[in-house]
Amino acid sequence: MEKFTSHTGVGAPLRRSNVDTDQIIPAVYLKRVTRTGFEDGLFAAWRNDPEFVLNQDAYKNASVLVAGIDFGTGSSREHAVWALQNYGFKVVISPRFADIFRGNSGKAGLLAAQVDESVVEQLWALLEEQPGAEISVDLESRTVTAGEGDSRIEASFAIDDYTRWRLLEGLDDIAITLGHQDDISEYEKKRPSFKPATL
Amino acid sequence: MPKTLAEKIWDDHVVRSADGEPDLLYIDLHLIHEVTSPQAFDGLRLSGRTLRRPDLTLATEDHNIPTTDLDKPIADLVSRTQVETLRRNAEEFGVRLYPMGNIEQGIVHVVGPQLGLTQPGMTIVCGDSHTSTHGAFGSLAFGIGTSEVEHVMATQTLPQAKPKMMAVEVVGDLPAGSTAKDLILALITQESTGGGQGYIVEYRGDAIKKLSMEERMTICNMSIEWGAKAGLIAPDETTFEFIKGKDRAPQGEDWDAAVEYWKGLVTDEGAVFDKVVTIDATQVSPFVTWGTNPGQGVAISGNVPNPADFEDEVERTTAERALEYMGLTPGTPMREIKVDTVFLGSCTNGRMSDLRRAAELIEGHTIADSVRMLVVPGSVRVRLQAEAEGLDKIFIAAGAEWRGAGCSMCLGMNPDQLAPGERSASTSNRNFEGRQGKGGRTHLVSPDVAVATAVTGHLATTAEI
Ligand code: SF4
Repeated sequence: MEKFTSHTGVGAPLRRSNVDTDQIIPAVYLKRVTRTGFEDGLFAAWRNDPEFVLNQDAYKNASVLVAGIDFGTGSSREHAVWALQNYGFKVVISPRFADIFRGNSGKAGLLAAQVDESVVEQLWALLEEQPGAEISVDLESRTVTAGEGDSRIEASFAIDDYTRWRLLEGLDDIAITLGHQDDISEYEKKRPSFKPATL
Repeated sequence: MPKTLAEKIWDDHVVRSADGEPDLLYIDLHLIHEVTSPQAFDGLRLSGRTLRRPDLTLATEDHNIPTTDLDKPIADLVSRTQVETLRRNAEEFGVRLYPMGNIEQGIVHVVGPQLGLTQPGMTIVCGDSHTSTHGAFGSLAFGIGTSEVEHVMATQTLPQAKPKMMAVEVVGDLPAGSTAKDLILALITQESTGGGQGYIVEYRGDAIKKLSMEERMTICNMSIEWGAKAGLIAPDETTFEFIKGKDRAPQGEDWDAAVEYWKGLVTDEGAVFDKVVTIDATQVSPFVTWGTNPGQGVAISGNVPNPADFEDEVERTTAERALEYMGLTPGTPMREIKVDTVFLGSCTNGRMSDLRRAAELIEGHTIADSVRMLVVPGSVRVRLQAEAEGLDKIFIAAGAEWRGAGCSMCLGMNPDQLAPGERSASTSNRNFEGRQGKGGRTHLVSPDVAVATAVTGHLATTAEI
């Protein structure tokens, strides 16, 4: 996984709450057996609408998505994270993420930055007033900044320490755990014999 | 110190714990299906890693497989590739797979319990959010993403931050005519889709104890629909009875040892929950959804709400958008909503008791001319048992389609989909935009309401048939 320290890019205002992973990528797009190529399915139903934010030139190359509360609810499909990444998003900002989506993001290297609802409102207003405006996200200091002068927004975001550390270091979770193989083997010796097996 | 049920299971599975790090939890059972596993197997191959415990891993085909023409190769080539990829991977990594045609094949959350593999006190994961279903047995079961699937394959563990603990106290008994599905739909509406966020939820109370295992599965299944990490119910005689004698149930001395351990799996007197939520079961009537998330529900005797009545702005705009998508007018009585399709199935309501109940209700009736009804058993075993009991004939005589086992129209990944604008009453768990097919409109219902709706052509209760 690549290290993530900070990112600056065009912000896209997604004025919707409860964006579930079926919206992020509908099931019919999940048949691929690779991790790439899912950008076609990103927000597939909404992208038919010419008014949809990502269909507007100013936001086409956005890499920071600013969404409403409860982003990523529903299905556990990590394809939702891949679709956002394949499209070019590096960061999603929302007042609250569904657990599984947040976990998947952390593993795949997409930054899920949780901010107050008022910050999302301010960012939406800014991005709509100044289409194409950039947002900077700094993982080291956990801050989101955007705008200039009077319309400057500076806010902190929440992310758990462990995920932050892994993203900053670009560490692969599995390699970390494999470093504790002895602990796992010790545990396995004590597992009760009545636990079921599949073979 | 007194502990909650979930804390006991958690503590019994900690392989390693260190300050500032999530606990490393041992995983007792890893369930796999064709959609969320290919990239994980690929990851193992690319890094030259092995699958640590094939004997704690089980694969089945369910999400994208067809439910008709079962004797022919899968017509959709991309789906076929995905299924064939699973078969190749299972073979290469030594994982037991129940492919189409095998009696144990079916929806992953129906398969675990029917084999007796799902047992109290276990940690169970699957790359599918409805893994919470298995919590009905008093196990800690939750859905994971594909990176985590790979992690479990490689290490049989998962790093997990400990969630908070919540109790849902179900007060009183469900009235006659109300089902477990109505109870969970009412609870989700009461708590909204984010209410369980960050919690493991234990469902408690006399009404819960009285539920059968299959009803308990219906409840735990939808825990994720209000955002909970997992949902579980303390195991009791009902649980032990269900497991006893099943294929993978412990035998002889192991059985005794297991039951002794299982009996200790209750929340201790004096254990503290971070949050307690109460729901009055006596007030739960048949419940349906009107919107595009499972928290947008109402008693079937009620009306389509008016968004203007929502005080919260986010809720109001979400409701407006939902009604537009659903093509509904505020104030319309729910009972007057006509549906085109009825779907009876899924890991929420596709088990034996659901099919028996629905068959009993539909016998002697014919479904409305304007309605198509799909009956999709949760597994091949369920299907064969239903056929042995003659249920298929009852459904067919009523005008319904009797299908092969799988997820089917629950997520519309195979050809079983709604057409744009088509409206369904569905016993599944998600009414998201386009979930059952692009532009399709879904009302979540119990099997009882599903049958009454199929017969009358509009959302209805069994009192109307
Ligand atoms: S039946 Fe539906 S909810 Fe259950 S596992 Fe299949 S797709 Fe998921």
